[in-house]
Amino acid sequence: MNAALEMRAVRRVHGSGPGAVTALDGIDLCVERGEFVAVMGPSGSGKSTLLQIAGGLSSPTAGDVLVEGRSLPSATAAQRAAIRRSSVGYVFQDLSVLPSLTALENVMLPLELDGLPFRSARETALEALEAVGIGDLADRFPEAMSGGQAQRVAIARGVVGPRRLLLADEPTGALDSRTGLEVIELLRARADAGAAVVLVTHEPRFAAWADRTVQLRDGRIIGQASPTDPGLLLAEPGGAWPR
Amino acid sequence: MSVKHALLALLSMGPATTYQLRRSFDESTGQIWPLNIGQASATLSRLERDGQVAREPSEDDDGTQGSWSLTDRGKEELGRWWANAVTRPQPERHELALKLALAVVVPGVDVQALIDAQRIAAMTALHDATRARRGVAPEDLPSMLVLDHHLATLEAELSWLEGIEATLARHRSRPTSAASDTEASPTARRRTPSEAR
Repeated sequence: MNAALEMRAVRRVHGSGPGAVTALDGIDLCVERGEFVAVMGPSGSGKSTLLQIAGGLSSPTAGDVLVEGRSLPSATAAQRAAIRRSSVGYVFQDLSVLPSLTALENVMLPLELDGLPFRSARETALEALEAVGIGDLADRFPEAMSGGQAQRVAIARGVVGPRRLLLADEPTGALDSRTGLEVIELLRARADAGAAVVLVTHEPRFAAWADRTVQLRDGRIIGQASPTDPGLLLAEPGGAWPR
Repeated sequence: MSVKHALLALLSMGPATTYQLRRSFDESTGQIWPLNIGQASATLSRLERDGQVAREPSEDDDGTQGSWSLTDRGKEELGRWWANAVTRPQPERHELALKLALAVVVPGVDVQALIDAQRIAAMTALHDATRARRGVAPEDLPSMLVLDHHLATLEAELSWLEGIEATLARHRSRPTSAASDTEASPTARRRTPSEAR
């Protein structure tokens, strides 16, 4: 089975000539289905560019990006758009829900763009809202919701339907820490249910919910952290218990 | 001092054998700092010597049997422990601070690589602690408290490392004075101890 996302030697240069900026410089990253990967790094390290390229919103200068085995750079613009709509879900910091649509209509939107009939789009969207715990707010407009609830709508829209790759760029940025944690729990649950999740964050406490944290600097992966055996770590002789 | 006080605290709930104490110790610290039986026995012997616990020998006594109980002096000591703030222990963090302080003055040390390695280590530990915390049963309050402390400490270390990186970047980008500063500061630091003497 193909990985949900595979980036091979991805390079991205903004601009050209002496003013050119290398945003990504040889990224190799593979995210399996059911895997939750956090990406951390200082601002300007290439985190957001990585996410945009992973989702086909931007093209690499060199290298290849495969979503479920399909190469984005070698696809036509129309094919790329189709892959984006059918396989990739995005959640951004700025609560990108449409204020003139209800929660349900927001979540139905990508399904209807995919050509799903109204009735099944509605049914699928309702399930997605229930999955993120706000099925009862389906008919509410974003302005009548809390920040956390609106972010849940954005996540429901990101994961609705067959989307198996979920890309989240600082989804907790605008939220208080409690609501932020709820959003992370939700992403964790989506990964446990089989989705591949890539989360860009600057909060270690949220990154620690992932299966793996990838550390970026100057467009390169400089290291990775993943859980060892917590039992072993915590039973370290002496530990922090002073003697 | 903490193992000693932990044992006094456990004994304040009623007499117990060494084995029972060790088990309750592990349970009440979320099994994060397992206490070995030798350490428990040694600590209890010291407490007995100081008159803070007393032992009721059992019939076939080989020194490990018998039940320990708190004496009045032990109760006083425990009362002081509950009443007073804990003074900061000397955790490994201090070694890290010292290591970084040396790294910026000793020539040829790759400070960035040092910070990167430390960050990956702290992040790995944070992954582990987070996973352990998620696995804690809702009624297991002691484990929650202990793990939350662990999480807070690791987060603090990571945020400290991030701050150091920013400080170093600012320091590097300072015009002209940066070079003379890095030469002047170690000398100034070296002078301080002798002046203190």
